[in-house]
Amino acid sequence: MSEPILATRNLRKNFGALAATDDVSIDLRAGEIHAIIGPNGAGKSTLIAQICGGLRPDSGSVHLLGRDVTQYSKQARARSGLGRTFQISALAMEDSVLENVVLGALGASGNPWRFWSRALSDASLTAKAEAALERVGLIEHRHTRCAELSHGQRRQLEVAVALTLSPKAFVMDEPMAGLGAEGSKLLTAFLDQLRAEAPILLVEHDMDAVFALADRISVLVYGQVIASGTVEEIKSSRAVREAYLGEEA
Amino acid sequence: MSTLLIIEQVLNGLQFGVMLFLMAAGLTLIFGVMGLINLAHGSLYMIGAFAAAAVAGATGSFVLALAAALAVAAIAGALIEMTVIRRLYGKAHLDQVLATFALILIFSEGTRWLFGSFPLFLDIPDYLSGPVTLPGGIQYPLYRLTLIAVGLLVGLGLWALIERTRIGIQIRAGENDREMIAALGVDIRLLYTLVFAIGAALAGLAGALVGAIQSVQVGMGEPVLILAFVVIVIGGIGSIKGAFIGALLVGLTDTLGGIFLPELFKLFMEPGAATQTGSALASMAIYILMSLVLIWRPTGLFGARA
Amino acid sequence: MIPERLVNWVVFAGLLAVPLWAIVVDEPFTITLVTRAVILAIAAVGLNIALGIGGLVSLGHAVFFGIGGYAMGILAYHAQTYTSLDLFGLSLAGTKSMPIIWLVAIVVSALAAWIIGLLSLRTSGVYFIMITLAFGQMFYYFAISWSTYGGEDGLSIYVRNGFPGLNTLVPIQFFGLCFALLCIVLFLNARLQNAPFGLALNAARQVPTRVETVGLNPMRLKLVAFVISGAITGLAGALFADLNRFVSPTMFSWQLSGELIVLIVIGGVGRLYGPVVGACLFVALEHWLGALTEFWHIYLGLILLAIVLFARGGIIGLLTGKEGAHV
Repeated sequence: MSEPILATRNLRKNFGALAATDDVSIDLRAGEIHAIIGPNGAGKSTLIAQICGGLRPDSGSVHLLGRDVTQYSKQARARSGLGRTFQISALAMEDSVLENVVLGALGASGNPWRFWSRALSDASLTAKAEAALERVGLIEHRHTRCAELSHGQRRQLEVAVALTLSPKAFVMDEPMAGLGAEGSKLLTAFLDQLRAEAPILLVEHDMDAVFALADRISVLVYGQVIASGTVEEIKSSRAVREAYLGEEA
Repeated sequence: MSTLLIIEQVLNGLQFGVMLFLMAAGLTLIFGVMGLINLAHGSLYMIGAFAAAAVAGATGSFVLALAAALAVAAIAGALIEMTVIRRLYGKAHLDQVLATFALILIFSEGTRWLFGSFPLFLDIPDYLSGPVTLPGGIQYPLYRLTLIAVGLLVGLGLWALIERTRIGIQIRAGENDREMIAALGVDIRLLYTLVFAIGAALAGLAGALVGAIQSVQVGMGEPVLILAFVVIVIGGIGSIKGAFIGALLVGLTDTLGGIFLPELFKLFMEPGAATQTGSALASMAIYILMSLVLIWRPTGLFGARA
Repeated sequence: MIPERLVNWVVFAGLLAVPLWAIVVDEPFTITLVTRAVILAIAAVGLNIALGIGGLVSLGHAVFFGIGGYAMGILAYHAQTYTSLDLFGLSLAGTKSMPIIWLVAIVVSALAAWIIGLLSLRTSGVYFIMITLAFGQMFYYFAISWSTYGGEDGLSIYVRNGFPGLNTLVPIQFFGLCFALLCIVLFLNARLQNAPFGLALNAARQVPTRVETVGLNPMRLKLVAFVISGAITGLAGALFADLNRFVSPTMFSWQLSGELIVLIVIGGVGRLYGPVVGACLFVALEHWLGALTEFWHIYLGLILLAIVLFARGGIIGLLTGKEGAHV
């Protein structure tokens, strides 16, 4: 079995007496979409924060491409190949679509310390940016101000910015959030293709998308992974039904 | 360097600190509950001092003067809150800074227009003037001792208000979650006006009390305001306990620094240069203290940890 | 809606036209007034890089203005009294050469901005505002207690410093010098704003988390912006001291720090010519309104209040329909 691209080992995080993350070990293998599901308050955000560098675990480790990145900052993880999208779009609202994606390209190049030449005239930056915009289908809107985009377009832009980093692994936090049926279908198709380039750790509430996309599903309840397996295994697991899916039946 | 001098300076430092606490407590309360940075707090300090001076001049009664300071400052605070401050909640800090800076301009020039540019005088009442002999044979001005006592009493009163009354619970809850207490039926608008008025009253009281030992003039509030900011940065925004400890630290550092630093330098420098360097450093001592605290704890001693 | 470019050109032309007209009607004082506006504009352009692009509400930027002023004051003082400046064991001669003074002002201000920035940027939000204000006060009180250079009374420099090839005592020539510097600073600002650094800094103001997750460091970006900003404001301080041939601790005052921010906001935060428009308006108000009533600050306060509550984009925002940067 090849080395996983992204993995956590025995991750623990306590807030006072509350075990928000309780001995979580999950991994993400090449070419797969691994979905993390769980009821609200299960600790998904806390787990994502520890994987992406926003929160230090109390114990345990995070590994990216075989390297222990537990002590790495968010920036360092990004530069090591981690791409992420946010549940609530983290975009520069005053700037244009193109400027937002060029930011991503700038980050990928690693050097913002240029004070003279126009960023938008720099072919090395704009080429990468426009390629990403083409892929998500936003290229015609590249000069639109981000504040004027629809919610669905902003979710697309989120993905585009992450694409410019050419990451080795994606962590996506509820990318379907707020999308209607049409938008969800398009994004699902997009993610389906994306997994071949880089595997995706997908936190989602939208069960249709999860069952359509996931190669593996891990169920997080009260900070613990209570079940992990294929779509069929999870659907038929009684433990999962009781804890989570059962509430919806 | 006599022990007498040291004790006297410690008391001075305490007195200075306790008056700073009155300013800082109001500021930190307003920020903790409403999330608002208020540059006009110095103006409320000034308004309290002017009200006291005016009433003392007219009636000759210090007690009435203090009452006037409290009342006028509180009313001014409530009025400002209802007309201007209310529109600033939730807005960017820059907007709050600018709007309250505008208020400083209006109040300072307005006061100058009403009272002229020359300082007013507020006299220490006879029954509070003169020295008092403390255990150990130290002579210390009665008035300054009274200030220390008043400051400590106010601290106690604030503690009681916040920890033991229903309003205090609302204030504490408001500091944590504004939307929640609105949902619980607390009249937010009234609470905010009240908190602002309390802060204003404290500032006005400080202005009046200090006005008797310094002069009452336009612009007296801003240096104190900025020092109160230093206190809050050291103590942690939103923490009354932090404001108290921070204020005492700042008061003592400033007063004792002015005495000890020149002496310290005299150990290895000639007296002239020592006094120069020492005094210069003493004037910066508080800010050096602030910088040290920041390096160690960026959100202050008792502030919320990031 | 008037295009921003047009507004900028009109202001530019006006800044040139007014002093030229003043020469024609022989009103040297007007030239001094416009020079004052130009120098304040340079200071504000500096601040705008940190504030408008970087989102740093620096309420102590007068620190750099004062440092620049005192750099000029100290160097010129030693030159005019033929004494030497003893610093860290070195004995330096003073100088009355503007280019050297400007270089010193820029370097020392940048250094101060580096240190203050390192300390202040450990915090954010309200803490940052309070800390920068506090540092301003620190320098203010230090300058007052430093009696070698005048202390509270300040320092007078008898003759304006020299610039090769010019007679700087002639108002229009000094104006020309300052105006040229303003143009250079505006040009650099414009390039910076559109360059990768400006893009990243602008994003760091709006959405720092995103900046981090693309692999950039918002804090380092803001620190560099703060240093550049301080250096430019420092240069303005040296010019201001030369204009008035006087340096005093008030160059460090919180009032001045506040006024610098007010200038930018009245003009339009984050807009290239915002500081310029603001500075011109401020000097104009100070002169004309100040002549009508000595309490003109009340009106300034009311105008400021109105802008904050109702016209957030400042004058340029009103004219062009563009909002100011959200800080």
